[in-house]
Amino acid sequence: MARKDRMSGNEAVAYAIRQINPDVMPAFPITPSTEIPQMVSTYIANGDIDTEFIPVESEHSAMSAAIGSEAAGARTLTATSSAGLAYMWEELLLAASNRMPIALALVNRTLSGPININCDHSDGMGARDTGWIQIYAENNQEAYDNFIQAYPIAEHAGVHLPIMICQDGFITSHAVENIELLEDEDVKGFVGEYEPEEFLLNPGNPIAVGPYSVTNYVMEAKKNQALALEGSKEVILKVAEEFEKVSGRKYGLFEEYRTEDADYIMLIMGSAAGTAKQAVDDLREKGKKVGVVKLRVFRPFPADELADALKNAKAVAIMDRTESYNGNGGPLGSEVTAGLYRNKIMLETVNYIYGLGGRDFTVQEVYDIFAQLEDFIENGNKPEQYQYIGLRK
Amino acid sequence: MRTDISKINEQTPHQGLTEGMMIFAGGTSKQFETGEWRTRTPILNKDLCRQCMVCSMVCPDSCIPLKDGERVTFDYKHCKGCGICAKACPFDAIDMKEGR
Repeated sequence: MARKDRMSGNEAVAYAIRQINPDVMPAFPITPSTEIPQMVSTYIANGDIDTEFIPVESEHSAMSAAIGSEAAGARTLTATSSAGLAYMWEELLLAASNRMPIALALVNRTLSGPININCDHSDGMGARDTGWIQIYAENNQEAYDNFIQAYPIAEHAGVHLPIMICQDGFITSHAVENIELLEDEDVKGFVGEYEPEEFLLNPGNPIAVGPYSVTNYVMEAKKNQALALEGSKEVILKVAEEFEKVSGRKYGLFEEYRTEDADYIMLIMGSAAGTAKQAVDDLREKGKKVGVVKLRVFRPFPADELADALKNAKAVAIMDRTESYNGNGGPLGSEVTAGLYRNKIMLETVNYIYGLGGRDFTVQEVYDIFAQLEDFIENGNKPEQYQYIGLRK
Repeated sequence: MRTDISKINEQTPHQGLTEGMMIFAGGTSKQFETGEWRTRTPILNKDLCRQCMVCSMVCPDSCIPLKDGERVTFDYKHCKGCGICAKACPFDAIDMKEGR
């Protein structure tokens, strides 16, 4: 039976970690993810779990220790934010290429500078090409649910890749909301024991992890890694199906909210999807055909599935909570339109940058965006293709 | 997942490689003959050598093996020719020759 409670996003993830009782957690504190290792340490101190906590001297060491521990055969996780994730960058790529199913609780915070501790997605987006699976949450419930699904996805025999479970810094991580928790034994049954086939501390079966590959092997090695990431899409959906059986909550690669007959769709990721849904409900009452696609799985990127979900719209607002400094748009702006183009779906899109460094994203702004899309289609007033929302001008 | 790595070579298609390029054996670095990188080669002058073993201890690549209490020849398959042994020898018993 599920238990109702109220928790912040950080508490919810720490609670999931307690229920999973992983083997090793090397971590270094950084706002706003600090509470996760802090709460896990408390669970350990109280004897609730027997996870080995390694207080490392940096995030570079945290991810290095995580790779070593996972290679040794231990179920491993860490948590970080912002500059902490950036400092792990070199090791993030190694964790993926060495095919280590490490879980990372990422509490999204902007990357400096200007230095700021609040939410945007620049940290996660900065790591978008490191080979990790990335799943984003709208609220504390999703952060909890996604974390429980993390190991069954990452440790699946056809995947063996590290996984980042992302939630929005402060907005989700520190705001207390209602939540439905699974019973401990249901989580243990769902996640199971970690039984790696190959690992370093395995007497009589020596292995070498991460050996040097000469030029004639590197392209083949990378292709195999890319295939594993592509293949994880199917596993993510299967695990979500199994999760629905224990929780009653349904997950996919993305959520389609009131899009069935929508002329205008906002594609968005993370906590701001809640704001977008509220605006859509308001506009629907006024007879506007609008909807939201909330992206959950950013890596592997469901380009074809998104193109299919958007194909009947007249115009789509693609929302990026990061500045990519490429002069051409945000990561979602670029990747969604590439997916549409490849599928020969020629609908209008506008790429909006919003919520940087914790800037509020309001229901009114969503109304304005939908109004701009409508004006574009109805009256031919073409908006700037790549623009900031809520910018003082 | 275990694959017979002796059957893998530079012509193997990607499907035949191991996950994460994992090697299912120990001590395989012996098979990587780094001595090919050498541009200078240490040569022992046996008449000057007093078997003090300093060279063996300072070699960063363990390329001066000991046998029956004596330093024997160099492991030229793995010696990279760094010259540390020649520098450390108190009796000038090691010369660095140009080339391999």
